[in-house]
Amino acid sequence: MPIKFVVLWSDALIYVLFAAISLFIFWARRKYHLRNSWKQVFSKPLAMISIVFLVVYSGIAFLDSIHFQPKTEKFAIESVLDQILAPLNTFYEVTYSKPFALHSYAKDIMTLSDGSVVRDYPKLSYSDLGQISIEERRAHMIDRTLNGAQYGAAAWIILSLLIFSYLSYRWKTNIFISLKKIFCHETELPWLAFFITLGIVLISMTVSWNLSQEFHIFGTDKVGQDVFYEAVKSIRTGLIIGTLTTLLMLPFAIFLGIAAGYFGGKIDDFIQYVYTTLSSIPGVLLIAAAVLSLQIFIANHSQWFETLTQRADDRLLALCAILGITSWTALCRILRGETLKLREMDYIQAARALGVGKLRIISRHILPNVMHIVLIGVVLDFSSLVLAEAVLSYVGVGVDPTTLSWGNMINAARLELAREPLVWWPLLAAFIFMFILVLFANVFSDAVRDGFDPRIRKL
Amino acid sequence: MFAYLLRRILYAIPVLIGVNLITFSLFFMLNSPDDMARAHLGYKNVNQAAVERWKIEYGYNKPLFYNPKDDGIQKITDTLFFQKSVKLFSFDFGSSDGGSDISYDITQRMWPSLAVAIPILLLGLLVEITFAILMTFFRATYLDFGGVLFCIILMSISGLFYIIGGQYLIGKLLNLVPISGYDGGFSAFKFVILPVVVGVIGGLGGSARWYRTIFLEEVSKDYVRTARGKGLSEIKVLFKHVLKNAMVPILTGIVVIIPMLFMGSLVLESFFGIPGLGSYTIDAIQQQDFAIVRAMVFLGSVLYIIGLVLTDISYTLVDPRVRLE
Repeated sequence: MPIKFVVLWSDALIYVLFAAISLFIFWARRKYHLRNSWKQVFSKPLAMISIVFLVVYSGIAFLDSIHFQPKTEKFAIESVLDQILAPLNTFYEVTYSKPFALHSYAKDIMTLSDGSVVRDYPKLSYSDLGQISIEERRAHMIDRTLNGAQYGAAAWIILSLLIFSYLSYRWKTNIFISLKKIFCHETELPWLAFFITLGIVLISMTVSWNLSQEFHIFGTDKVGQDVFYEAVKSIRTGLIIGTLTTLLMLPFAIFLGIAAGYFGGKIDDFIQYVYTTLSSIPGVLLIAAAVLSLQIFIANHSQWFETLTQRADDRLLALCAILGITSWTALCRILRGETLKLREMDYIQAARALGVGKLRIISRHILPNVMHIVLIGVVLDFSSLVLAEAVLSYVGVGVDPTTLSWGNMINAARLELAREPLVWWPLLAAFIFMFILVLFANVFSDAVRDGFDPRIRKL
Repeated sequence: MFAYLLRRILYAIPVLIGVNLITFSLFFMLNSPDDMARAHLGYKNVNQAAVERWKIEYGYNKPLFYNPKDDGIQKITDTLFFQKSVKLFSFDFGSSDGGSDISYDITQRMWPSLAVAIPILLLGLLVEITFAILMTFFRATYLDFGGVLFCIILMSISGLFYIIGGQYLIGKLLNLVPISGYDGGFSAFKFVILPVVVGVIGGLGGSARWYRTIFLEEVSKDYVRTARGKGLSEIKVLFKHVLKNAMVPILTGIVVIIPMLFMGSLVLESFFGIPGLGSYTIDAIQQQDFAIVRAMVFLGSVLYIIGLVLTDISYTLVDPRVRLE
């Protein structure tokens, strides 16, 4: 039986997004002014570092977006990432266990092989290490780490060599001069920072993967699911909320903002009224109201959704749409103001005098001149949206409880804070994964703003 | 000025009507009252009679916009839209789906919210401005760069972690203050202090960085160069000239959120168990009490619009060049 691929709605949108970004890169490379601005963005080492992290995160999310039906079960849907992380995707312990633990967190009554009954910490069933001491476990961990680091280093060297040979081909210099250029910071872009970050990221990825094959590196949660697996799977949810929300709201914001600014009069009044009304409702409350209604709607129309995965996926998209509705107003207002300004510029007056049609003026003269605002708005929104997901899931109006997300992880772990001893590992995992994404998104968006905002840009 | 204010208030009316229509269509058109009744009663073993009883009990047994069975004005007023939405305009919030009087709850729960929100605002402003002015003083040095990086790091941590970390560190490990709860009067102090600290730290990163750009913009202006040219010390320049002028955008930016302070903070209040309007709203959301959510949405919009008008007024107060026409 051939593998049957399944395309969820969010998968399709992610493919569209990746295609759009690739097209944009291809197109922007050939435009002198855009290339210049991007060069300025990436001339900062911090921006170069953050793009490596962001690309890796997007790559993981992309692998998690290629779904198919496994041969064994009919209703389950798996992604390529699940296959890579297997057997973590289907493996469950009984309950909590600490990171790298060999035994469960809670004592349980067990019957030994000789028939006697004891109350002790049950052994975890994940690793087949048998009864080993702490020292032996450490030896195992070091072994796994070194082994994984080898893979990572190999991948790093191959990738670096490929990129390096491409670079020296582009610079038309021989290998030694290229090496000297990179190490002495004489390149236009900070390639040294790029290569170092790439190495660190690749090695830490392979090491954690290799360790995760034998240990629960971030422990397990209440139902015994591996926390590392949850945190990795949450990357897709976070990225979807951060990107698809803007993707969904962008057409409205651009179209309405430019229309209001360019046409003025009644159209302007109406559009202004719409966004004033929407923005005067406090964001969280509007989202809460919308999601509550949505929940009831889904519950009453459960026959529309074939599988649980599909329902969770549709709910995720609906959440993106709701977040988009509440967040397009700010961008729309800025675009309207900018269009008002542009409309009176000489070159647009000239175009109008020459008889260029309205739509053509908008698409050829106004749209390209507001795109930098759109770009800055999109990258600035991204990190706040990822953070918003956590808060909304806490409030109870976030993603579906069955969807793996950092917000759901924090929410579940919060209830366990009163436990003694403390269950801290789900929080730590969610914190690390979320912090890396949001931090580098923030750094990157700063660089983009500095590169594209004409008020800041130095020519 | 008076004519301007009047016009602004008149303009607020269609906006509020729009808000009402949006919430009404969210709550009543997407889901029929029958659906809501089922959601409240639980989905299993609900018969139509129980649904009807629930609808009569909470006043949902009316048509949406037009009631042909009644006479005269009642054709309009005896409908869900009039009863549940239009009445909000007179701040008659009615009773919640749980049965309590919403207006009374709001007046009771307003004070704990304010007791947390006002210290956060004032203390936060003080800390943020101090931090921003320090970064401005050391501008273009590694200290400034480190400060900005610190701000970005603070911004990148979800607010939930500040709360959890604060509760664990100060409340549980050091045992300085109770983890959650509230008490009236002066004994509220020990309950309020932890949320205030957490709130201030949570808001520090973004605001300090924003204020720093305002200060830097101000520092590069001509009058500052003149002041330096006169031979004033850097400290005097910063505090006498830059701070004063930079306070204009900072304060006018804050005015818009002042009325919203009543609403409290959703997450902070519910984590720390403060019986304010924020936790009221969160409880309502989690219990799916639509009457309360509707009331809070309306109240929030009114307060936001008041904040906008106050912002305009504050511009004329601090900057005599601005005239409201």
